[in-house]
Amino acid sequence: MNRDVAVIGVGMNHWGELWEKSLRDIFVEAALAAIDDAGVDHIDAMYIGNMSSGLFNGQEHLASLMADYLGQSPIPATRIESACASGGLAVKQGCIEVMSGMRDIVLVGGVEKMTDVGTDEATFALASAADQTYEVYQGVTFPGLYAMIARMHMEKYGTTREQLAQVAVKNHYHASMNPMAQYPQKITIEDVIHSVMIADPLRILDCSPITDGAAAIILCPLEMAHRFKNHIPVKISGIGHATDSIALHTREDPTALPATTAAARKAYKMADKKPEDIQLLEVHDCFTIAEICVLEALGIMEKGRGGEAAASGLTWLDGKIPVNTSGGLKAKGHPVGATGVAQIIEIVTQIRGEAGDRQVDKARIGLTQNMGGSGGSTVVHILEAAQ
Amino acid sequence: MSVPSYWREMPQRYRLEAARCLNCGKISFPPRKICPSCKERSFETVQLEREGKLLTFTIIRVAPSVFTDQVPYAIGIVELKQNVRILCQIVDCRLDEIKSGMPVSIEFRRVSEDGEAGVIHYGYKAVPKDH
Repeated sequence: MNRDVAVIGVGMNHWGELWEKSLRDIFVEAALAAIDDAGVDHIDAMYIGNMSSGLFNGQEHLASLMADYLGQSPIPATRIESACASGGLAVKQGCIEVMSGMRDIVLVGGVEKMTDVGTDEATFALASAADQTYEVYQGVTFPGLYAMIARMHMEKYGTTREQLAQVAVKNHYHASMNPMAQYPQKITIEDVIHSVMIADPLRILDCSPITDGAAAIILCPLEMAHRFKNHIPVKISGIGHATDSIALHTREDPTALPATTAAARKAYKMADKKPEDIQLLEVHDCFTIAEICVLEALGIMEKGRGGEAAASGLTWLDGKIPVNTSGGLKAKGHPVGATGVAQIIEIVTQIRGEAGDRQVDKARIGLTQNMGGSGGSTVVHILEAAQ
Repeated sequence: MSVPSYWREMPQRYRLEAARCLNCGKISFPPRKICPSCKERSFETVQLEREGKLLTFTIIRVAPSVFTDQVPYAIGIVELKQNVRILCQIVDCRLDEIKSGMPVSIEFRRVSEDGEAGVIHYGYKAVPKDH
């Protein structure tokens, strides 16, 4: 059996520092929103993307806990971890369950509750996505790893400080039209290049924030989608997933993201699409330089010329290929395990024509790219309007 | 870091012990059980040469808690002569003198103090040459 998969429901919270809500509260809130949006009366199985509830909240055994609090015990529930790509990978696993015929209605969620610990502990938890023994031991941080990529990209290809800043300016502008975004404030290039230095050349406004948030989607076989609420069914037509060394220094070209290129190649092939067929993208802009390198790795921009994308207007809402219309990780927020699921939600919302002020005209084909660590894992999905 | 894991990693941290593949000659640091290039499983232990050049670097201004007292500090990727790369701090120079491409040598240094097991952590750092 090999069935097509549709996304029939989506739900998430207004992301931010949600001190009044617990880990289980935010997950259940997003999951119930997705269940209501789909109009399903039950779910058959659940996958949850989560990077580190153990370090952030001292809580493991997450899938059963969430199935219980969602009122769905005894359904099978599975937690999926691949650092910052946990959410995207949970979507892939949910798709496989539906495609295989194992289950019909599958909820895929992602959650991270990051503000229950202080910045030091959060930094430690996030750093566990890098090689603890050969990177973290030496004193490097995630901003530090991406800063080394940025310096290399600037020295090798002439990418400028202003081009990096344009990515943040664009994504904050997009977030200003997203009611779920953590940082909807518009910013300027001047704001970015005068913000506090974190790891040269990256400044605080080059970095995605620490966020509490959850996201959930409901999947079912495409042939069953008409039984539920009357949304435009959105088909997941391409899935790609690849891995690489998690230690940045062992990669031949630290500015390249081979796992992203490999995952994209598989997704394009499965969906029978080329990069030029893609109308809009949600990509993993954990740092401004990441969006630049990712667009190159996906074949959207030529190698070395990713900096021109935001700077020329190409990837803005009114440009030819809008990127991160949700505000991206940078401004919508980055509750690590939820990010990959929320990327799917943005593309579905756009294809349904429900994106309000940030609606992309005639959006029918979109791509999501969700990446773990400094590029050690990547999951790519291609979504299309099914009618 | 626990005492057992610190003890286990001493050959790499103190002596830069690596593994050379007996089939294709590729050097892996840290040592591996299977060669990533040719899949051979037999290796000999070799020490990395302590000369190389800096590929890229950053200055860490916001550090993990055990490194907070060291900020700002430089960290970078060093390509050693045997075509092996390591990541480490760059020390014994002014931060504004560090440039990509500069030759460095790898030296034995204190990395961090007062870990959870109460031990001082030692390891390797890069020092600019002709300095």
